[in-house]
Amino acid sequence: MSLPFLLEIGTEEIPDWMIVPALNNLQDMFQALLDQQVLGGRVTSVDATPRRLVLRAEGLLERQADVEELVLGPAKSAGAGAAGGFAKKMGTTADQLGTQTTAKGEYFAFAKRTQGQATVAILARELPNLILKIQWPKTMVWNGKGTERFIRPIRWMLTLLGRAVVGFEIAGVHSSSTTWGHRVLANRQFTVTIDDHEHVLRELSVILSADERRRKIKTEVDALLGRVGLHVKQDRDLMETLTYLTEYPTPILGSFDRSYLSLPKEVLVEVMRHHQKYLSVEDSDGKLAPHFIAVMNTNGDPDRLVRQGNEKVLRARFNDARFFWDQDQKKKLEDRVEDLKTVTFQAQLGSYYEKTQRVVRWVTDLGGEEDAQRAALLCKCDLTTDMVKEFTDLQGIVGGLYARAQGENEEVAQAIYDHYKPLSMDMEDPVPSTLNGCLVSMADKWDTLVECFRVGMAPTGSRDPFGLRRAAQGIVRISTEGQVNFELPQHGELAEFMRDRVEYYFRDVHGFAYDEVRACMAAGWNDLLDLWRRLRRVQAIRPTPDFELLAKSFKRIKNILKQAAYSDGGSYRKELFETGPELELYNEIVRTKTQPLESRIGPLRPKVDLFFDKVLVNAPDPGIRRNRLALLQSLLTEFSDVADFSEIVTERQP
Amino acid sequence: MSTPLSFQETVLALKKYWSERGCIIQEPYDVEVGAGTMAPETFLRVLGPSPYNVAYVQPSRRPADGRYGENPNRLYKHQQLQVILKPAPADVIDLYLGSLTAIGVDLRKHDIKFEEDNWEAPTLGAWGIGWQVMLDGLEISQFTYFQQCGGFDLDLIPAELTYGLERIVAFLQNVDSVYDIVWAPGFLYSDVRLKDEQEFSKYNFELADVGMLWQLFDLHEKECQRLIKISGVVLPAYDQVLKCSHIFNLLDSRGAISVTERVGVIGRVRKLALGVADAWMVEIGAKKEAAA
Repeated sequence: MSLPFLLEIGTEEIPDWMIVPALNNLQDMFQALLDQQVLGGRVTSVDATPRRLVLRAEGLLERQADVEELVLGPAKSAGAGAAGGFAKKMGTTADQLGTQTTAKGEYFAFAKRTQGQATVAILARELPNLILKIQWPKTMVWNGKGTERFIRPIRWMLTLLGRAVVGFEIAGVHSSSTTWGHRVLANRQFTVTIDDHEHVLRELSVILSADERRRKIKTEVDALLGRVGLHVKQDRDLMETLTYLTEYPTPILGSFDRSYLSLPKEVLVEVMRHHQKYLSVEDSDGKLAPHFIAVMNTNGDPDRLVRQGNEKVLRARFNDARFFWDQDQKKKLEDRVEDLKTVTFQAQLGSYYEKTQRVVRWVTDLGGEEDAQRAALLCKCDLTTDMVKEFTDLQGIVGGLYARAQGENEEVAQAIYDHYKPLSMDMEDPVPSTLNGCLVSMADKWDTLVECFRVGMAPTGSRDPFGLRRAAQGIVRISTEGQVNFELPQHGELAEFMRDRVEYYFRDVHGFAYDEVRACMAAGWNDLLDLWRRLRRVQAIRPTPDFELLAKSFKRIKNILKQAAYSDGGSYRKELFETGPELELYNEIVRTKTQPLESRIGPLRPKVDLFFDKVLVNAPDPGIRRNRLALLQSLLTEFSDVADFSEIVTERQP
Repeated sequence: MSTPLSFQETVLALKKYWSERGCIIQEPYDVEVGAGTMAPETFLRVLGPSPYNVAYVQPSRRPADGRYGENPNRLYKHQQLQVILKPAPADVIDLYLGSLTAIGVDLRKHDIKFEEDNWEAPTLGAWGIGWQVMLDGLEISQFTYFQQCGGFDLDLIPAELTYGLERIVAFLQNVDSVYDIVWAPGFLYSDVRLKDEQEFSKYNFELADVGMLWQLFDLHEKECQRLIKISGVVLPAYDQVLKCSHIFNLLDSRGAISVTERVGVIGRVRKLALGVADAWMVEIGAKKEAAA
């Protein structure tokens, strides 16, 4: 008979962003436990609210199967005494032993039978450990020094195997068949079965399924806004937060005074999103409407107290923002450059003032003109404003807005506004929208990389406190997508770091084959736009019939040159070529010399093959040998500005 | 809806509520502090293995937050109601929610959320795990399970509940400015405290004698260092830490501490606080010898 299983770990409110990874971790560990202990069954679902992690499994055996294994004892030649000792160890008598012949001779052996254990007993033994092993970014103790650690205190555990409670204890909490309802709407305990668990929770005002909570929010938001012709500004992250911050989400619509719309949209949205976790509301033109959506963790707002409260809080927040804005305008960005001397960039790397000076230089080196240089000079000044001190995520954006408000020209303002872009590793995050923005962004990121590597703060493993991978990725993306040439260094630790990012970008983001990227990068990668062009060429000619065959020959050529330790370059003496395949190959190389790679492969390929068929490179005469190696070397060099074709993997699996 | 409680009724209701749940009702500590956590009733009492439940209102001074009485929400001195439950009982959140009911919050008509907010006070060598409690979008409390204090892992884990009284009452009375809060029948918050805010803002931002403050800082630091080495005077030593901390805040509001100096001065206060915690642990027998 197979049994279903249900686990609910009841806790105090878990931070929303930690829940999904923990659930996945729990699922993996539990499945591994089932597999290891051969209990049958598989995890069918995991789900969670801020107060409970739930796992369901089906098809568990009632008990493990009995196992019989043959245990080898001492060699038969060791005699009866040894056999007796072995039998005793096996919990049997000598007459029950058999023998087993192995390559090394004959041994005493015993067919040991281990009775399978009851699943409920195994789970009771293993679950406490498994639960406490769930990985969290930061754990706590609640029962005193040295006691169990978890993300927040565990307050109940519901563990059912079929109808039976799997009994165990963690931190003084005993597992049972009861769950708890919503903190406010149904703050009571309730006994459940596996079948009615989700239903009972619903009765207790808890929607267990995150999908359902998400849908509920969406549907009700649409209903609130649809009739007034508005919609929420899409915000996937915030939706996830709200989904995992609530057990019974109910959105409400609130409003604020139109006069606040004179503040920039970015600021208003950030105040609502960051401080209040409100969804912003837009009209059909994408303009901000004087409304917001708050998502409650309860079922209604009968007296409109919640709406009134949230509106009041938002009013105070907006007043603060307006105060910051007005206050900040009293000192222009250009008058704040000096103030950057007191803002630390990094303890070892000095102040933002120093960083600014370097960024201006880098921008100039990159060919940036007056506007770009001006933007570079002002780009960090918003760090000294009250607005950015309060809303750090708005750095750059605030600088751009202030620059515009203070009469800097549009190019300068936009470049400052954009210079942190792309903001994340997410490839959909836009790069700066203008050339000047691209230049300032690259210069800023490049400076951070160069400086951090200079003082030995390169990322190690998963540790990357300065976001250097993101910075490097940003440079690669701006250079290619923003079409801004950036000469990357080819040697040293930073070059290696950049090389990884370049490889990753073209391989994983653009989907070029691994070997194509290797081949093209071997021909140089300091100019990423050029590299991208070459990759597209190689990708395009790859399916042509002659390409891989030629690539194979190139590999052969490279090996031959390597074995011969040849390093003299491609200068040969024409008169030494033998008539026939050798001369023909030479003639073909010369004939096609001015043609593009794409049209040379077809004619060259058969000549190369014929050469290898008929001509002995390793000729007895050292002069001839050297001349032939030189010919091969020159052939290799012919294409080396596009790619090193010997890097192409030709033995592909069918 | 019934009439909301006045400021003093709210304080009385909370004190009554926690007193009925086994808390000692203490009076405010009489040395300037920046937060209820700094009062010895919290900082020292959470150390060691003895249970302790206490509640008190702590006027908390933050000189740099003063606004001459002109900002509706920011105050130089605000009143915190601080509750320490050591160890935290299993139903501590229910107890907390009960206290909101006690001051007139009908939980079924409001929206309560517990949002992650871990607390850390580097100067006190203290940190904890917890939440900010949101009532209809307003942060009304900090709820923290202390993990470490004075650099020591805590033997018993206390729950610290901090109520921002002005915020809560302004919210319940539905007024936009803390100065419009009804403190007692016929008296507004402004009647009781406005002058205080105006005068101290002036002093803190404009008049406090920077040279004298630096001297005082040095003197209190020296006195603390002297007392730490003598057994049986940990509480007087701790007062010196509080003095240093407050003087630091004053210097800060006078703009007298440069960015580079800042880290150093904070480090000096921290060193004193850790020294006092260490001495206290020896004093209460939770530790054999003082650290060198």
